[in-house]
Amino acid sequence: MTEVALTIFERSREGRRAFVAPPADVPEAPLDDLLPASMRRERPAELPEVSEPEIVRHFNVLSRKNFDVDTGFYPLGSCTMKHNPKLHERVAALPGHARLHPLQDDDYAQGALELMWYLELALAEIAGLPHVSLQPSAGSQGELAGLLLTRAYLADRGEERRKVLAPDAAHGTNPASVTMAGFELVKLGTDADGGVDMDDLRAALDDDVACLMLTNPNTLGIFERNIEEIAGLVHDVGATLYYDGANLNAVMGIARPGDMGFDIVHYNLHKTFTQPHGGGGPGAGPIAVSDRIEPFLPVPRVVRHAGGGGAGPGSDSRGANGAELTGEAGIEPRYALEHDRPKSIGRLRGFQGNFGVFVRSYAYIRSLGGDGLKEAAESAVLNANYLRARLAELSDYLPIAFDRVCMHEFVLSGSGAKRELGITTKDIAKRMLDYEVHPPTVYFPLIVDEALMIEPTETEPKERLDDFVEVVRSILEEAEEDPEVARTAPHTTPVRRLDEAAAAKRPVVRQPRG
Amino acid sequence: MSRYTSATEADRRAMLDAIGVGSLEEVFAEIPERVRLKRPLDLPDGRSEQEVYEELAALAARNRHCEAELSFLGAGMYDHYVPAVVDSMLARSEFLTPYTPYQPEVSQGTLQVMFEYQTAMSELTGLPVSNATLYEGPSAAAAAAYMAKLETRRGGLVCSRGLHPHARAALRTHAAGYRMQVEEVPLSAAGATDLDALAGAVDDDTAAVFLQQPNFLGTVEDLGALAEAGKRTGALVVCAADPLPLGVLKPPGELGVDVCVGEGQSLGNRLDYGGPSFGFICSAERFIRKLPGRIAGETRDVDGRRGFVLTLQTREQHIRREKATSNITTAQTLNALAGIVYLSWLGKRGLVELGELLLRRTHYARATLGLEPINPGPVVREFAVRVPDLDALVERARAEGINPGYRLGRDYPEYEDGLLVAITERRSRTDIDRLAAVVAESRAQVPA
Repeated sequence: MTEVALTIFERSREGRRAFVAPPADVPEAPLDDLLPASMRRERPAELPEVSEPEIVRHFNVLSRKNFDVDTGFYPLGSCTMKHNPKLHERVAALPGHARLHPLQDDDYAQGALELMWYLELALAEIAGLPHVSLQPSAGSQGELAGLLLTRAYLADRGEERRKVLAPDAAHGTNPASVTMAGFELVKLGTDADGGVDMDDLRAALDDDVACLMLTNPNTLGIFERNIEEIAGLVHDVGATLYYDGANLNAVMGIARPGDMGFDIVHYNLHKTFTQPHGGGGPGAGPIAVSDRIEPFLPVPRVVRHAGGGGAGPGSDSRGANGAELTGEAGIEPRYALEHDRPKSIGRLRGFQGNFGVFVRSYAYIRSLGGDGLKEAAESAVLNANYLRARLAELSDYLPIAFDRVCMHEFVLSGSGAKRELGITTKDIAKRMLDYEVHPPTVYFPLIVDEALMIEPTETEPKERLDDFVEVVRSILEEAEEDPEVARTAPHTTPVRRLDEAAAAKRPVVRQPRG
Repeated sequence: MSRYTSATEADRRAMLDAIGVGSLEEVFAEIPERVRLKRPLDLPDGRSEQEVYEELAALAARNRHCEAELSFLGAGMYDHYVPAVVDSMLARSEFLTPYTPYQPEVSQGTLQVMFEYQTAMSELTGLPVSNATLYEGPSAAAAAAYMAKLETRRGGLVCSRGLHPHARAALRTHAAGYRMQVEEVPLSAAGATDLDALAGAVDDDTAAVFLQQPNFLGTVEDLGALAEAGKRTGALVVCAADPLPLGVLKPPGELGVDVCVGEGQSLGNRLDYGGPSFGFICSAERFIRKLPGRIAGETRDVDGRRGFVLTLQTREQHIRREKATSNITTAQTLNALAGIVYLSWLGKRGLVELGELLLRRTHYARATLGLEPINPGPVVREFAVRVPDLDALVERARAEGINPGYRLGRDYPEYEDGLLVAITERRSRTDIDRLAAVVAESRAQVPA
């Protein structure tokens, strides 16, 4: 493709338009009488002037410069690029969902509140923790919420602690959330098996530690085998144990964070529960907590009052009782948003959260059921281990970091290829683009040299995994012949390697005015 | 059952053989026995696509949405018309299903959309720099507070009570983590931020001052004067704004505002019972390296072709970790696409025409309802009135399939009898007259 990338602003021609205003049906009062000139914009914002056909062409052409999971294999580690079922878009678009105002009275939003209630119940069962707030907008906001909950929980006991622990292999959001929640980060090392270094942990734990943040399976795709001991040690000093749910897809129906001793969990509905990633959002990052953290959850909470004649409203007790999901015959419960919770940390954001994401995740859970979710996790783990085994036998150029049975993902090191072939992980990733597969996550986790983090997900069939092995084989064989092919890749994409240094040095972050 | 997987029994056997295990149980032996779940998840069985559709449709039918009643609800999210071209673009798999553009060579579509979005937001706010979205309005205000902390190293946040109640609440929640204090400045008798009270609240420890344009009551604030008072001691002036009325209002960037944040729902995003939409943040040039979140920038490829990348990434959590300017990663890119497609559809003239239509209808509605205004000054799309017998009005309106607006008493004890009425282009003169008739009938029944 040699087409010049024109922006929609550059396609503008004076006098073109797509919008036709509804008729002016009220008296034409002079504008000055309504809004003084001093408050009015002097010249219009420089938006494009384009017709609808040109809008459609422009954005369609742009879309075709993207690679997406509906088109091909996308084994981006830690991101769970699974299939996004098409039903979900249909049900999310129903007017009763899409056109529902967030401040509609509870009595006129019973369907939405019931959906949220049951989604909370299902997520609680999956995490093995009794209380859920759907409010956080994404995983990082869930993390911040978890740390603010920890702060509030400790303050309620008259304690203020300064430190939060996280492994060196943690997602970057963890340390960033620690700082934003007003804590100091203490990094823990990784042991030879890929788990938390227990000596480091013991040395770090004292009564100034508020929380330990863990991902399990961790970012190496390895299950923390010492998790029970870790939980015991953390609880012994009175700290909370936080579960970063980025990797929950590996263990749904197989093991539950609550049963492992975690106090607070966040989910990524855009990873585990099929919300399409949208090129970088929207997502949602609900949190689940244990009883002792519950009073501090964000407001509003969804509550259910038992219905029935004359019984009077009373807050329904909830357990992780899935039988409730089908409802109780003859009783018409009423759902409401509860704002008055004195110990709550308050609001993280406006309204009730990303409801459109809840609809899709709820549809997913209802489609799969408990068995289906477990099967999804098993298939994710099967696919990852299969791909790991196939790539391991391929060559020594890409050794597996911490070579153990993995869960839903695993990490290769490009160190061998760099040393023996003179091509970096970046070169391998860029060459994959020419083969029309998306590269894995690269250079993360930071503790693995030249890392390639691979998460195939459960929705890929075996032959796609086999194809990927052949792509890797081909790239390595080419490099043995001529490493320049990879070093100068990609060759077939709409643009080739871009000068990121120049972009950062003198940032051009908007179209200059014409 | 999972119908979204495709491993056959034969596949499974071949894969287990390749792994070198007899069954998947051997793989899961990695998980200590005591933390394994030894029962099925207590969830109902999976259902067919048709059944799930029917269940969700039945739930949706129990919600009274904006096509099922005549709604004057606003208060932060608005029932504007979303053109079909937005739905059509958002449905494209190529926009809907990729991840964040980590590989720019195969993400030029998304990256250019971000760049175009940033340009449009910069135009609307009158500030030169925009990021590529935050989550939504209130948490965008909280993000600006963190930016102010990094910039000024001060601990005070002063915020007008004209800022959306959810934004004020989000500021307080986040301030507990930022180790900052929030002080509120009251509104005047005319429903605008009290200038003297604001000037008095700002001191040497004030990191940022928060205003909103138009404010929560719909009042067009005298932003220039407030901004000047706000920055007297070197605080950042942060203005929350709805981007749509900025088509006719003087842009915050021309009135001394340093950072403009807000809720972007009104730009081509559906209501969705509160989300997902997008939040935005725009700023003066000098804060560019302190902004949170993704930013797309223009550059060239090795062949000299124009292209776009995520830029200034050294601000971000995946590189700077605990020293990052924010913990945000994924935000609301698809919703930003809705925003830029919508703004392209409205166009340079349409945005002004729409703004002027809203302005006229809103003033018409305020005059026609004949109720005492809380904010008698200029308004653009929303206004607040006192209703002597609010319960009676709401009840009567409800019976006629009208949602008359937002009861201010839910957030403002000082406006217990207040009603906030929003007018979008979907509310015609006939609709407004219907509401006015109900108001008149309701008042006729109030004993003198």
